[in-house]
Amino acid sequence: MNEIVKPAATRIVAPVVPAHNIGDYVPMVDGPEKVSGRAKYTADFLAPGMLAACIFRSPYSHGEILDIDVSQARDLPGVKAIVTGADCDKTFGVLPVARTEYPLARGKVRYRGEPVAAVAAVDDATARKAVSLIRLKVRELPGYYTANAALAPGAVAIHDYRPNNIERDVFFELGSVENGFAEADLVREATYNCPEVCQNQMEMHAAVAEYDPGRDRLTVHASTQVPYYVHLMLSQILGMDMSRIRVVKPHVGGGFGCRTETLNVELIAALLARRVGGSVRLVINREETFITHRGRPETDIRLKIGMRRDGRITAVECDCDQRGGAHSGYGVVTILYAGSMLYAIYDLHNVKYVGRRVLTNTPPCGAFRGHGTVNVRFAFESLIDQMASELGLDPFAVRRANYLNAPTFTENDLMVNSYGLPQCVDWVEQQSGWTNRKGKLQEGRGPKKGLGMACSHYISGASKPVNWTGEPHATVKIKLDFDASVVVLSGAADIGQGSSTILVQTVAEVLGLDISRVRVVTGDSEVVPKDNGSYSSRVTFMVGNAAIDAAQKLKNVLIAAAARKLEARPEEIECLGELYRPGIQHQGLTFNEVVSEALRDTGTITVTGNYSTIPESHGGKKYRGSAIGGTMGYSYSAQVVEVSVDADTGVVTVDKVWVAHDCGKALNRLTVEGQVQGSVWMGMGQAMSEETGYHEGLLLTGNMLDYRVPTMQDSPPIEVGIVESNDPHGPFGAKEAGEGSLAAFLPALTNAIADAIGIRFDDLPVTPDRVFAAIEKKRRAQRNGRA
Amino acid sequence: MARLLEFTLNGRPRLDAVADNLLLLDYLREQAGLTGTKTGCDGGECGACTVLVDDAPRLSCLTLAAGVAGRRIDTIESLAHDGRLSAVQRGFHEKLGSQCGYCTPGFIMASAGLLRRNPRPSEEEIRDALGSNICRCTGYVKIIEAVQFAADLCSGGASP
Repeated sequence: MNEIVKPAATRIVAPVVPAHNIGDYVPMVDGPEKVSGRAKYTADFLAPGMLAACIFRSPYSHGEILDIDVSQARDLPGVKAIVTGADCDKTFGVLPVARTEYPLARGKVRYRGEPVAAVAAVDDATARKAVSLIRLKVRELPGYYTANAALAPGAVAIHDYRPNNIERDVFFELGSVENGFAEADLVREATYNCPEVCQNQMEMHAAVAEYDPGRDRLTVHASTQVPYYVHLMLSQILGMDMSRIRVVKPHVGGGFGCRTETLNVELIAALLARRVGGSVRLVINREETFITHRGRPETDIRLKIGMRRDGRITAVECDCDQRGGAHSGYGVVTILYAGSMLYAIYDLHNVKYVGRRVLTNTPPCGAFRGHGTVNVRFAFESLIDQMASELGLDPFAVRRANYLNAPTFTENDLMVNSYGLPQCVDWVEQQSGWTNRKGKLQEGRGPKKGLGMACSHYISGASKPVNWTGEPHATVKIKLDFDASVVVLSGAADIGQGSSTILVQTVAEVLGLDISRVRVVTGDSEVVPKDNGSYSSRVTFMVGNAAIDAAQKLKNVLIAAAARKLEARPEEIECLGELYRPGIQHQGLTFNEVVSEALRDTGTITVTGNYSTIPESHGGKKYRGSAIGGTMGYSYSAQVVEVSVDADTGVVTVDKVWVAHDCGKALNRLTVEGQVQGSVWMGMGQAMSEETGYHEGLLLTGNMLDYRVPTMQDSPPIEVGIVESNDPHGPFGAKEAGEGSLAAFLPALTNAIADAIGIRFDDLPVTPDRVFAAIEKKRRAQRNGRA
Repeated sequence: MARLLEFTLNGRPRLDAVADNLLLLDYLREQAGLTGTKTGCDGGECGACTVLVDDAPRLSCLTLAAGVAGRRIDTIESLAHDGRLSAVQRGFHEKLGSQCGYCTPGFIMASAGLLRRNPRPSEEEIRDALGSNICRCTGYVKIIEAVQFAADLCSGGASP
């Protein structure tokens, strides 16, 4: 036998070592497609004969539908189909407890811009023209555009099943806030307002639906974060067996949460495609994308904190009202997160939370990066900063006085295993030169300078999936065939965050192969295993662990094959990636030779890797809402923001941001840095300029000039420090990196402004006119004080 | 009404009948099949549709196709030579100037236009040149690094 495997003269002579990539700067595996224009997004799937679709949207905020007249539109040459609420009596929604939305309004319209009818026509212009000919008659009802208006006594119910317009109220008290406040040396209370903000991802929503009436099969290309949810909802809305539906997720131009839920866009495209028995492309414009919304709700917070002289927090009382919009969407989860995620960052014992999610006649809110946690974190970190100042404590000292002692379970039963917050705090303190520079930045009579800091945290995926099916949380398959290329099959949706790259990296690392030998296939329900989707920063943790499991199984198969061929025992086989050998003296087998041997008995090899969260991470049942917030690993972030405030114009410039993020282990330093910078910057948009505006329910900010995101000229350098706390359950120790650093920017900014000009901004965004008005008010007060 | 449009698209002569009201963006995507150029807004807000007209960055969503007669249009599809990424493309790929990739063609064309007229831009000049392109993923930090990396490659002889 030994002669057969004797190496040829041309065999590699360089010493063979396993390839490693974990912790490197690895450009994204799909980068070349994106920079060359070859990457296809949903709207790029053009085909001859495809029809163009357009949506007729309600011009009313709230009303009972009396009549939808489509007769003129139907008569327009080139119009192929029109669908209305009459064509679909099924409802959809992301949460099984709140599937209450129709793809096209039935009975009532509940916000301006709600889809009422849709047209498929030979081209865009005809479809648009047809939509302009549709007439809607309603009996108007009062519109409620704020939470308070919707809650007023006598307000008409927006949904019959919620007579008081409260989608969900939450109450818990753990410990005793009464006792906690009694122990405090200082008790302070403040109110905060965070307006509604929108993801405004660069790719507008789009769906291409193709229905084959002969076979009764439907294929939908959708710009989604969760193809699996789209699959479920298409089946429910169309009343089609799931096996007759195929969902394809091409490249997706960002999501930030708004594409976690199935949107009416996919469903309407499919309804039209089935009606015409062909292909329909529905690409909505930027204004409609804003109206489709699913952003972060306007939030009013009343927060009361008790603190001892040493900075220790003794009690927290938080009331939180969210203006949720016209449909439930993710609302129940958002209002629960806002309470439960008060925990797991500091050691808190006496906490009371009262949350209300309110239905209003505005576009429905949803899950936006940092889901549920951001606005409450803004309030919390603002108030403790203010209290630190009153107690004469350094803001860093206050954070340090309240660290968790991990591993631990919080009072609300959240499992914290790895806790890199102290290292994050230390890093930003040192890098920003805080100790030497704080209070000493002012140079002459120029702009007022200030430094502020804050912390935040986030989950690495919800430990309980939205749809509890009993399946593993993540499944990855690897296929290995005669060509010896390793093909990873996963339903994980790469939406630009780099999940495909992480899949390739983890599999290559386990097998000791260069990443160029590993390919990844995602995004086609016909080919890849189901995945629960790209939301709540679950993918690296859960799918990464499943990929490691699959790669380990494949490695075992290969080792067994090598042992068989080399007449050795499997435990003697050393895997060096491209070489398998039973000891250093042996020439061994190349990877290709091992693959040939492994295929001999079974043909094409497929292995399946799984991952499931452990029950300890699911949170207890002690109180209402306790099921929310449980995760396998929390990420931590600390930030220092340096600002200049021009007292004559109110313009705030962010000069620099230092951010440290505990992602457990940076599997890919390049993409971790990119995610952290992107999170910080998105927090900056919310803090400084972004805000949706409505006039009686009519969206006023449906474009990128009125909804103002920071440009390159507004954006600061962001220096990233990576803290690696090596989570015991994370893939190679990793936790999330894509959301947790968003929230800390908001309070770090307002804390820095307070440091610069002595004024606190508890209402966002901190726009120049707000700053100017506050400075003027202070000046007047000072003048009056002197007079 | 329609007219015949004669111009140079990505280095090749092109003759097409186009409607008078057809936007260059829609011509490129729907008629020429060059879907690398992206639609990101309802007109002139985001820069995703940036192409080069005689080497100068231009928003194809605010340009009529009929208006580019006799001009030279370059889109994202034109940059790679013999299948190799150009300096700017390499910068955006290797330095992670691209995450979701949707704004990327516009950023790359605006950057290529910048480097064609100013091969050694300062950071301030980069911020000025790309200030009307919106990216929602990166926070721009790595986009600036990508353009600086490309400028370095160009000073070594690579084409932008």
